[in-house]
Amino acid sequence: MNHFLRRQGWVTGLFALLIVLFIATKIIQPGYGSGDFGSLARAVLPYAFAVAAQTVVVIAGGIDLSVAAMMALTSVTAASMMAGASEEYALFVVPFVLAMGFVLGAFNGLLIVVTRVPDIVVTLAMLFVLQGAALLVLGAPGGGAAEWLKALISGTVPIPGLPAAIDAWLPKALLVLIVCLCVIWIPLRRSRLGLSIYAIGSSELAAFRSGVPVARTRVIAYALSGLFAAMGGLALTMSTGIGAPIPGPYLLASVAAVVLGGVALGGGKGGLLGPIVAVFVLRLVRTDLTLLAIDPNVTAIIEGAIMVAVVMFGAFITMRGRQ
Amino acid sequence: MSSTAITPSPLPLGRRAKRFMADRPLIPLIILLVILVVILQILRPGIVNERWIANTIKFAIPLAILAGCQTMTMLTGGIDLSVGTVATMSAFIMATQIVNQDPAVAFLLAMMPAVLIGLVNGIGVGVFRVHPLIMTLGTTLIGTGCLQVYQRTVIASGAKIPDFLAWLGTGVTPMLGFALPNALLLFVPLAALIVFTLARTGFGRLLYAVGDNERATRLSGVQYWQVITALYVTSSLLAGITGLLYIGLIKAPSLSLAEPLVLPSVAAAVIGGTSIFGGRGGYTGTIIGALILTVLTTLLTILQMPEGARRILFGLIVLFVTAAYLRIVEDK
Repeated sequence: MNHFLRRQGWVTGLFALLIVLFIATKIIQPGYGSGDFGSLARAVLPYAFAVAAQTVVVIAGGIDLSVAAMMALTSVTAASMMAGASEEYALFVVPFVLAMGFVLGAFNGLLIVVTRVPDIVVTLAMLFVLQGAALLVLGAPGGGAAEWLKALISGTVPIPGLPAAIDAWLPKALLVLIVCLCVIWIPLRRSRLGLSIYAIGSSELAAFRSGVPVARTRVIAYALSGLFAAMGGLALTMSTGIGAPIPGPYLLASVAAVVLGGVALGGGKGGLLGPIVAVFVLRLVRTDLTLLAIDPNVTAIIEGAIMVAVVMFGAFITMRGRQ
Repeated sequence: MSSTAITPSPLPLGRRAKRFMADRPLIPLIILLVILVVILQILRPGIVNERWIANTIKFAIPLAILAGCQTMTMLTGGIDLSVGTVATMSAFIMATQIVNQDPAVAFLLAMMPAVLIGLVNGIGVGVFRVHPLIMTLGTTLIGTGCLQVYQRTVIASGAKIPDFLAWLGTGVTPMLGFALPNALLLFVPLAALIVFTLARTGFGRLLYAVGDNERATRLSGVQYWQVITALYVTSSLLAGITGLLYIGLIKAPSLSLAEPLVLPSVAAAVIGGTSIFGGRGGYTGTIIGALILTVLTTLLTILQMPEGARRILFGLIVLFVTAAYLRIVEDK
């Protein structure tokens, strides 16, 4: 039991926090209903993918500063390819953009492995490169998105046999998020590769000596991160209908949610569920503050303070646990 | 290092040159700087004149001071991403408070957020053991929010740039037949102080020691949290001073004034040979790194490329220089 709590305690705590926040939201705004939940899920979508991208790399013992830039690049690529094109063409665009993210992510990893430059520096340099590439693809916000893609994340999932009242609480955006993450994460977690990713994050030397292909695993971890970031970019294009070459606040948010989600920045610990719940918590806090009619600038202060306080608290707990 | 005592047979020239550079890491950096200036001169003959040099130095100085913050924090294995926000805050507060306040009071008010943010960073990293990247990102968020709220309160009073800061930031003084930027008056003592602190004082050695082996340092009786708190407060103060200098140079107070300098400041420190994992590096390399980045920016501007291509090249060059530098220095 103690073992279970220590392993899952953080995520359980986050879930409890999320529920408390939902109750608080309902109290602040008695009219908060399924429609608002749907828009929350849509707002969370790009953040959640950014966080997933960061999580994979952090578990492997690295960090990826180029997440937001990668999202911007994939978003503008998708938007400019789909602008004025037929609906069917988008069927080709989606896999193309996902593959692009995967390859660019792998390139990140290859650079780190080959040049032996610290990952912070490599992804920092790639941040500039990807940002520049995004500006070359699309100089100003523009482009378009196929209607069926936009429809994919708006509205709710109709499930036959369920009353409409429950149906309304299952937005399509949430389903898209869950499906996309599970399709990649669950097989990964159960595979040898997933184990290797945790191993190199935990101790690179020990992993190497036990025969884990460290370089290859690292490259794949970054490639997966690129893939998730490309999903985030697509989500951006899907929800706005255009692509914007300037990266959003996703880098900071992704690091914050990863830490809040109980993934150790040193690597090797944590899962994907914690960070995703953390994203919902952070977004819901923002919704609550908006509902309370608090100045959006003060909201930024509160968000920062929450992040710092939670991280300090987490570090404090870890310290106490070690003693 | 150990193989220098015995040299069995004369090495081939290439290897000898490599070893020579590895022992003096500044030389390849200076060579790179000279190459960049020569390329600039070839592309646009006559551009490298007295005025250009003065301008380059003026723009390199704020970057170099911020990179100094990164150098010192990186020596302990940390990083300080809040320098941009701190610099912006002190610059903005100075420009708005000077309208109604005495300059000395305005200066103290401008330095206050710097000390506070530095203190919070230091306590978070030193006492609570939060990862420096996260801690300084968090204080960046808080600082930016505070600044936006503050901006609302002073929107009526307007802002002005104090003459002294404009003089310090943009002015040049002819000296020995050469136009020297006034900012050097601030930078030379500051740089000397940083170099001296890092190389010759106990505090400097502690920074290297903490970055090299934190556990050993603590076991030998060093109060880790005191060192880290002092370090982050110093770093923030330097960033605050940079903000004042930078507002004198840019002359337009805005809420994202020094933000674009943050990532280049990390790059300058890394190019200058400071290890991001701590324990190795120095400030002289960082200064040259800042100069290299400034010349590089000019070069990319002169090539008249689209903004996107410029950023791509900037990123690639930073990566390439760091990789090449690591190869040279680590190849013993």
